[in-house]
Amino acid sequence: MRRFSWFNATALTAGFAFLYIPMIILVIYSFNSSRLVTVWAGFSTHWYGELFRDQAFLDAAWVTLRVAFVSSSIATILGTMAAYVLVRGGKFMGRTLFSGMIYAPLVMPEVITGLSLLLLFISIGLDRGIVTIILAHTTFSMCYVSVVVSSRLVSFDRSVEEAALDLGCTPWDAFKSVTLPLIAPAVIAGWLLAFTLSLDDLVIASFTAGPSATTLPIKIFSSVRLGVSPEINALSTILILIVTIGVISASLVSKRRIVQQQRDEQMAEQAQQ
Amino acid sequence: MKPAAKPAEFAPWLDPNETPLIRFDGVTKRFGDFTAIDDIDLKIYRKEFYALLGPSGCGKTTLMRMLAGFETPTEGTITIGGQDMKGIPPNRREVNMMFQSYALFPHLSVWDNIAFGLKRSKMSKEEIPERVKEMLRLTRLEKFAKRKPHQISGGQRQRVALARSLAKAPKLLLLDEPLGALDAKLRQQTQFELMDIQEKTGTTFVIVTHDQEEAMTVASRVAVMDNGKVIQVDTPARIYETPNSVYVADFIGDVNLITGNATLKDEGLAALSWAEGQPEIIGTAGEGLTAGNATFVIRPEKVAISAERPEGMNNVVQGRIHDIAYLGNISTYHVALPDGTLMKAQAANNRRLSRRSFTWEDEVWLSWTDTAGLVLAG
Repeated sequence: MRRFSWFNATALTAGFAFLYIPMIILVIYSFNSSRLVTVWAGFSTHWYGELFRDQAFLDAAWVTLRVAFVSSSIATILGTMAAYVLVRGGKFMGRTLFSGMIYAPLVMPEVITGLSLLLLFISIGLDRGIVTIILAHTTFSMCYVSVVVSSRLVSFDRSVEEAALDLGCTPWDAFKSVTLPLIAPAVIAGWLLAFTLSLDDLVIASFTAGPSATTLPIKIFSSVRLGVSPEINALSTILILIVTIGVISASLVSKRRIVQQQRDEQMAEQAQQ
Repeated sequence: MKPAAKPAEFAPWLDPNETPLIRFDGVTKRFGDFTAIDDIDLKIYRKEFYALLGPSGCGKTTLMRMLAGFETPTEGTITIGGQDMKGIPPNRREVNMMFQSYALFPHLSVWDNIAFGLKRSKMSKEEIPERVKEMLRLTRLEKFAKRKPHQISGGQRQRVALARSLAKAPKLLLLDEPLGALDAKLRQQTQFELMDIQEKTGTTFVIVTHDQEEAMTVASRVAVMDNGKVIQVDTPARIYETPNSVYVADFIGDVNLITGNATLKDEGLAALSWAEGQPEIIGTAGEGLTAGNATFVIRPEKVAISAERPEGMNNVVQGRIHDIAYLGNISTYHVALPDGTLMKAQAANNRRLSRRSFTWEDEVWLSWTDTAGLVLAG
C-alpha cells in the first residue's frame, strides 16, 4: 500500500471543500434563528415551520411535482416509441435525418426552446398555465428518454425478439412480453431522468408558466431576487436531503444487483459440475 | 437366435412416390445489389436431418431465415407441407427455430421459457405443465426448471433453447449453428443427443453449420453451399467419397489435389498426365468428365506409404518425406514428389513409436488403387 501523502490529503480537502462548502453553509444557516441570513443568532427550526405555513411555496411545490410526473410519463411513452421506431423500424426514407433530429434538442439552448414554445402557445391561443409547462417539459425531455432507451435497444440481441415471433407472438405481443421487460431498466432510467430534468428546469418553465401556475424553481428564483430569506435556505436543505436519499438508495440497489450477479455466476458454474 | 431384420435404409429422396415436406423452387434472395441466394431448388423430406453446410457468407443462414419467415424470397416459391409460404409471418408457421445465440428470454425462468410458445398455442392450460415437464425430461433439465438463463451453464442453456423450440412439436425445426458456443467435447456429446432427440420426436431437422464434421455426424443428407448456390446434395458418405466438384472435395475433409490433362479410359476410369517424366495417374472418372483440364482428388487415408516399391500397381510415385504430423491415432506424412508437389498420405499408428519405420528425409513410395481417387473436371 502506498502511504497517504500530505499532497494527496491537501488535494482531497481542497477539492471537496470547493464542492461542498457552499452547501454546508446553506444547511447551517437554514437552522439560524435570525431573520438576517448572514448573522448567526442561535439554532432554531423556526424557518422550517414558516416554510410549511407558506401557501405560495406549497402550491409551487405541488405544481412542480404534478408537472414533473405527468410530463416525464408522457415523455417516456413518446421517447420509447421514437427509440423503437428509429432502432427497429428498418430502413425508411429519412431515417438518418430523423435520428439526427431527435438528438438536436439536447444541444439546443434552453432559451431558444423556451422562446419558440412561448411563441407557439401564443399563436394557437393556449393560455399559459400548468398545461403549457407540461407540454414544454415533455417536448424537451422526451429526446433524453429516447437517447437512453435507444442505446439499450441497440445493445440487445435482436434474435430474442425473433424467437418470440417464432414461438407464436404477434409483433405487439412480442414487444409487450419480451422487448418491454428487457428495456424496462432503460425506460425507468429515462423516466427518472425526465422527472429530474423537469423538477430542475427554470428557463423553459419561466417562458411557459403563467400567472395561474408557478413551479418551485421559478418561485425560489423570484423570491431570491427580493433578498435571500431563511425560508429558502430551509427549502434548499430539504431538497438536498431528498437528493442525498435518492443517490444513496440508488447506489445501494446497484450494489445489491452486483452481489446478486456474482451469486448467479457461481450458481451457473456449480450447475456445470 | 435369429438376428433382427435390418431396418430399411432411410432414404426418402430416392423414392419417387414420396412428397417432400419442403420445396424450394427457383428461390432467389437479393439484398440490394448483393445476391445471397441464387436460384435454388431444394427438396427436404419428412424426418430428415438435413444439413446446410458452407463457409460464412454462403447464404445458408439466409436460406434458413426464409424458412422461418424472417426473410422473404425476392423470386421463387417456398412450400412447406404443400402450402405456399408467401406472406405467412413467422408466428403463423408450424416451424420453430433454435437460434445461434439461443435467444433465451433472460427475464423468464427455464420453465417459462419452455412454456412461452405453448401459452400462445391452442393448447389448453391444463396440458401445458405436462408438456413442459416432458420437454424438461427429454433434455434432462428437471433440476433447473426454476432457474433463470444466466444461472445455468452454456450447455444447459443450449438444451433449454432446444426444449423451447421443440415444445410446440413443430413440423420442422431449424437449428442455426446450434453447437457453435460449446467446447469441443461437449459439442460431440451434444451432437449425439441431437440425433437421439430427432429420432425420438420424429421431427424434421434442418441444421445450418460451417463445421463439416458436425454436418457429417448428424445429417441424413448434406447440402454443400457456396456463394448462394447449392453445389451438391447427398448423404455424408457420398459427399465424402464422390464429391461432384473440386470445391466440395476440398471443403469436406482433407484432400490431395493434382491438376493435369485428362483422357477418358474404359470401365469408368480416366488417366491424368500431370508432370513430365511421371507416369499417368489412373482414377475414377467424375460425372460429366471430358478430356482436357482436370483435377485428380484423393483422400490422404487412401494413399499407402511404403519403403519398397509396391508390385502390380498403376499408381506409384516416389518422394521424400517432408514433414510428419503425428496426431496420436494416425500420422499424416507430407511427401514431396520430384516435381515439388506435396502429397499427403495417412497411416494408422498401430505400432508403438519406437517401431515405426519412417522419418524425415526418407525416400518412400506412395501408391493407391485405380479407383481410390477421382478425376474431376476443372
